[in-house]
Order: sequence, then C-alpha cells, then structure tokens
Amino acid sequence: MKKEIDEKCEKEHPFRSGAQCVIDGLVKEGCEVLFGYPGGAVLDIFNCLYDAPFHFVLSRHEQGAVHMADGFARATGKTGCCLVTSGPGATNTVTGLATAYMDGVPLVCITGQVPLSMIGNDAFQEADVVGITRPVTKHNFLVRSVDELPSIIAQAFYIASTGKPGPVVVDIPKDIQRQMTQQPIPETVQMRAYKPHIEFKQADVQALAEMIGASERPVLYVGGGAIAGEASAELLQLAHRAEIPVCTTLMGMGAFPENDSLSLSMLGMHGSVAANYAVDKCDLLISVGARFDDRVTGKISEFAKHAKVVHIDIDQSAIGKSVRCDLGVVGYIKPVLTALLAILPAKSHKEWVDRTQRWKDRFPFTYPASKEVIMPQFVIEQICEVSNGKATIVTDVGQHQMWAAQHFCYTRPRSFLSSGGLGTMGFGLPAAIGAKFACPDDPVVCVTGDGGVQMNFQELVVAVEHKKPVVTVILNNGYLGMVRQWQEMFYGNRYSGVMLGQSNRERSERIDEGKEFLPNFVLLAEAHGACAVRIFKPEDVAPTLKAAFESKKSWVIECIVEPEACVFPMIPPGQAVTAMINRTV
Amino acid sequence: MNNIINCLVENEPGVLARIVSMISGRGYNIETLNVAPTQDRKVSKMTMVVPGDAHIIEQVTHQLTKLVNVIEVVNMTNQRHMNRELILVRVASKNHVNRSEIVDLATLFNAKVIAVQEDSVTVQMVGNQDHVSDFLHLFEPYHIMDISRSGVIAVGREVAAAKPVS
Repeated sequence: MKKEIDEKCEKEHPFRSGAQCVIDGLVKEGCEVLFGYPGGAVLDIFNCLYDAPFHFVLSRHEQGAVHMADGFARATGKTGCCLVTSGPGATNTVTGLATAYMDGVPLVCITGQVPLSMIGNDAFQEADVVGITRPVTKHNFLVRSVDELPSIIAQAFYIASTGKPGPVVVDIPKDIQRQMTQQPIPETVQMRAYKPHIEFKQADVQALAEMIGASERPVLYVGGGAIAGEASAELLQLAHRAEIPVCTTLMGMGAFPENDSLSLSMLGMHGSVAANYAVDKCDLLISVGARFDDRVTGKISEFAKHAKVVHIDIDQSAIGKSVRCDLGVVGYIKPVLTALLAILPAKSHKEWVDRTQRWKDRFPFTYPASKEVIMPQFVIEQICEVSNGKATIVTDVGQHQMWAAQHFCYTRPRSFLSSGGLGTMGFGLPAAIGAKFACPDDPVVCVTGDGGVQMNFQELVVAVEHKKPVVTVILNNGYLGMVRQWQEMFYGNRYSGVMLGQSNRERSERIDEGKEFLPNFVLLAEAHGACAVRIFKPEDVAPTLKAAFESKKSWVIECIVEPEACVFPMIPPGQAVTAMINRTV
Repeated sequence: MNNIINCLVENEPGVLARIVSMISGRGYNIETLNVAPTQDRKVSKMTMVVPGDAHIIEQVTHQLTKLVNVIEVVNMTNQRHMNRELILVRVASKNHVNRSEIVDLATLFNAKVIAVQEDSVTVQMVGNQDHVSDFLHLFEPYHIMDISRSGVIAVGREVAAAKPVS
C-alpha cells in the first residue's frame, strides 16, 4: 500500500535535481534568452541547459552577460536572466548588478557557489556573493536546501519584477544543484514580509487634481518610473487634458514623445534651457516616477523654488528623499494617472505653454556646425534622420551619452537605453546586443565613445556569431571627453589622464608613424567579425549609416570627430539654473 | 535626537547583516542594537536607537521597510511606549574605598550590587533611557573599569501595538 502511494506521489511530483529546478523555474517564468558564462560551480546547471527550450548566449565576460540581460530587460520590460559561476564569475557581475539596481531594471542573476559544506573555508573560486552583492541588489538568496530552490527561483522573479523593479541574485551551492527534490514550482508566490501591491490613496489623487486646477504654471517632470510603469499613454492624455509642459530625465527619455508640442525635452545638468527654465519658474512640479537625482536638481535649495512639489512614485523612500515634497502619492504610476484622469477636468495653460515655447524656439539644443570636421552632435542627428527616428539608441557614459539624449528625437518608451544612475562605462555595447535579442526587427544603435567602447569591446563577437546586427557608432575624439570637458571648464585646462588617442598629443609624445589610430578600431572590429569603417567627413556620415542599416550586419562606424567639442547647456554641479552655461559657437 | 525604532523581521540567516549594511551604507548610525526572537519563532524583533532629525528617521524607516525581509517598522519615539535597558557596571573600589558611596548611589536607582571583589563593585541597573543616562552620569566621578549595556528595548502602550504579530 505504502509503495503504491509512493509511486503515485513520484508520478505527480517526480524527483528533479536542483539544477533541473533552475531550468524549469526559468522556463516557467518565461525566460526567452539566458545570458551567461560557465564554470566549475555551475556545471550541473549547464548540463541541464543542454536540453533547455530557451536560447543561451555565451558572453565573453560576466559583466557583459549582466549588461546584455539588462539591455534585454530595458528594451522589453521583461525580467532579464543571467547565469554565471562562483567566485570571479560572480564578482564580475557586481558592476552590472549595481547598474541595474540604480536604474530599477528587473534582473535575475543565478550564481554558482562552492558546496554548502565548504562555504567559509576559502575554497577554490569561493566568494561571499550574498555579502558582496547585498548593497547592489534588491534582494539576494543563498540557497541552503534543494527543497527550497523551486520557491526561491519563483520568489526571485517575483521580487525582481514587482514594486520598484531591481536585480535579484540567487546563489546556489554546487551540491544543492546535484541533490534531488520533489518540491514542485509554486503556482503563486506568497511572501510574508514583501508586499509590493501598494494601493494609492484616492484622497491624494483628489488633492493632486485640485493642485493642478489651482496651478497657473504646472510642469510634469517624468522619470524612468513612467517607462517601467508603462504609463506613457496616460501621461500623454494628462499633459494634453490640463495643458502641462513635460520634461523628462535621462531615464525618462521616450516616456513622452519629444515631437509633441508640450515636450520640453530633458532637464538637468545637460538638459534643455526650456526644461530648466520651466522648472525654475513653475508653480507646480509634478514628478512622475523620478527621484530628484543631483544631476537633475543641482542646488537643492534653488530647485523649483517657486513651486509646490508633488511626487508620484512606487517607492515610498524616494518621496521627499532629497527635495521637499508638498504631496506624495505612493503607488504604481499607471493606476494613479488613470484615477487622476477620471476626475481631472480639462484646463488651459496657454499663456504658460506659450512662454515655454518661446524658450524652446530661442534656445534649442545646438552646436557650432562644420563642413570640415564631423561634429559629434551632427552624427546623432543623422542617426535620427537615417533611421526615421525608429532606432533604439543604447549608450555608454559621457559626452556622447548627453549628445545622444539631446539630439535624437525620442518618441516611444524603451527607445533610449542608458546607464543613468550608476553611469557605467562599458554598458553600451553589451546592452545593445541584449536589446537586439529582444527586438530583432528594430535597428539597434550603440552610440559610444573611444573610451567606453574599449571597456567591453570583446562582446562584439556575440552580436556577430548570433547574427544580431548592432550598429556601433564610436564618436572618437581621442579623449575621455566628459572628464576633459570638466578639466577644461573647472581645472584650468589641465588635461590629466584623459588622453586616449594619438592625434591630440604633442608630436614628440606620439609613437611611431603609421600608428595614429590606437587601437585601430577598424581592424579590431574586423577581428571580431564585424564590418567596420572609419570616417572623417560630415558628408560621409549619412551614407555610411544608411549602408550599415541596410546591410543587416554588425557594423562599427568610427567617426573621427571634433576633439574638443563640449556638451552644452551645462549647469555646473551643485549650482542653480542661473549658473547655466550655454556656449553655442 | 535619539529615536527608538522597532523592526520586525523574518528570522532568517543574514537578515541582521542586511539591516546593518543598509544603515551603514547609507551613512546612518546605530547607537544601540538588540535582536531577539518574538512569540512567533519565525519573527525576530530588532530594536535600534538611531540618532538623527525627523527627515533622517523617516528615510531610515522607509529604507528599512523596503528590505524584503522586513515585516514592520515602528518608530516607538512617536508613540506611547515603555523602554528599558540593562547595564552592568564594574566600578573600582580598591581596598573598599568608596564602596559604601557606590552602594548608596546604586540603591537610589534601585540598582543591585551583584558582585563585590577586592578591587571593584559590580552593579546591575535596569531603567529607561533617562534613568540610565542619569545613573551613568553620577557614576562618572568614580573609576569605571568596565561597562556592558544590553541596548534599549521598547514595547508600545497603545492597544493597537499590542496586536499579535502573526
């Protein structure tokens, strides 16, 4: 009798290894692509991966794998997945995890660990991964029993994708991957302490509607939360219903179409004059899923100083963190805006909108045009034009990132992917590859610099071997441009540690003739199997881009650009909008 | 100002490290910290004394609440509550000099002498934050050889705060 019961039980809940539980968990969560890198402590998972129904992509560095999963997640809103080994494999993910954490990107990163019994013994490739990743993840798990593994995988995806999304690490000791369990994957996740389903207060929404009604000069200040919360349609309605001009943060680019008459484009340190003036002069600032980063606010005491400040965010701790807050609405953006639209009467702010329009007309993003050298801003405009504004732009960090934000017209969410919070150089190329896996039919352009691209250049081969064509545009100015700009503006032109290329050096400091391009990006790209070209003339930009888009191959286009171009406008760090510098010639 | 924060957490490995690392990583301080299980074995209560103004304490509370293993965070300072701390103080009293003074002082605070040795007297005192600080202040003139404090623990007086944690 007992044997029969055991057999029935076995049939309903077959024994599976811990490693198989991982794969089954990923399948259940809808994983389409897993990015990663194998090693000793994850061999059992890779063994099960052999038969897995989803795609595995081998990066060339674990940091690349996390950025790829991140790019995939940012492009789709789905949870990105990656798998690496213990020790160095796991520590290499830290920058990628911190990048995703700062920008609220849903990721699940599975790391191998030495066997449970060896933890703490300084075993080969051992590192305290939950300890190391604790401050850069939303949550992390060290799995201590194979029986809890199926529910931990489910919890990891639940935590990563709900509330304010973020990366979750699951650290799995090798012996647990090999042990057998009958525990099934739970159908639903119930967690005692983690309750992400926050209901906003209707009274707050009512108060917000009244504040909009009483306001003469309102501004919407939109961050990445509006994109993560899929609230673009509601935002568009709200802006037009009450005629409110909209500015976005770097992370919020694309949440509101920049070709809309109410768009003021980006605000902050390198934001548009119109956006920064509008925030300075407004009497009501409505923050939608933004977190008042110091690159946005500058001097806190001067930021939106005439305005009542409303903060809508899913993250209670973001409200009033750095800037005073007259009304905090805690909740998911989409239902909050939907509730607001249900009660908000139409209103005109024509006089105010006209005023912001005059700023827009008078102070567009501009730069000194040239027929001789390629201006980096011009390249961005050409990418926009040649792709009909349809490209997904993925950037590294620095001057090119700001130019990409300023000079491309973003009209849809998830079309500008950038490391906003952490500012991770080396993010661009792998994230672009991840985005291309997510959206194989859209043109994906990695806009990068000669500095950032070298940080993860090795990942180019992944785009080539998987036939996921990414167009990488290197704006090569021979410098670490943003640092150089700060040294020019605030350190008396003392260029220290920023010289990348040869051409900006004194003749006596250059190396042998024939090596003026170091590294030779064209040869480097070709060595990775990509097509490559180096261009010097403005008239070559559009045809080269066009050819690259049409070829359906991975391209590296190295644009030799004006070496000392600067990003303007600029509000120097920690200062108010009155300190804005806007050199245009 | 010192605030007493009670934090109910899931009784799991690493939870203490999560809380301490968040607090230190964000630049806040903990003056005292006490951790122990509650009537529900799966739940522990952490009581911490955190210095800071209202803005800092609000941030600490929100950041704690955000941690996945944290069930509830209550700033006890904002509500009617009782708090206590246990301290053990070993005071020098070589050749019994000052001994009677020390014993007298202890008696005034309802403290107990728990050990007498040739060179010292050890006093156990239980009191709320004010009592403890008065007590220590009055013992300052004597040579304190060693001191051990349990950290503050607190329990609410409101009816609502007495609800079962499960």
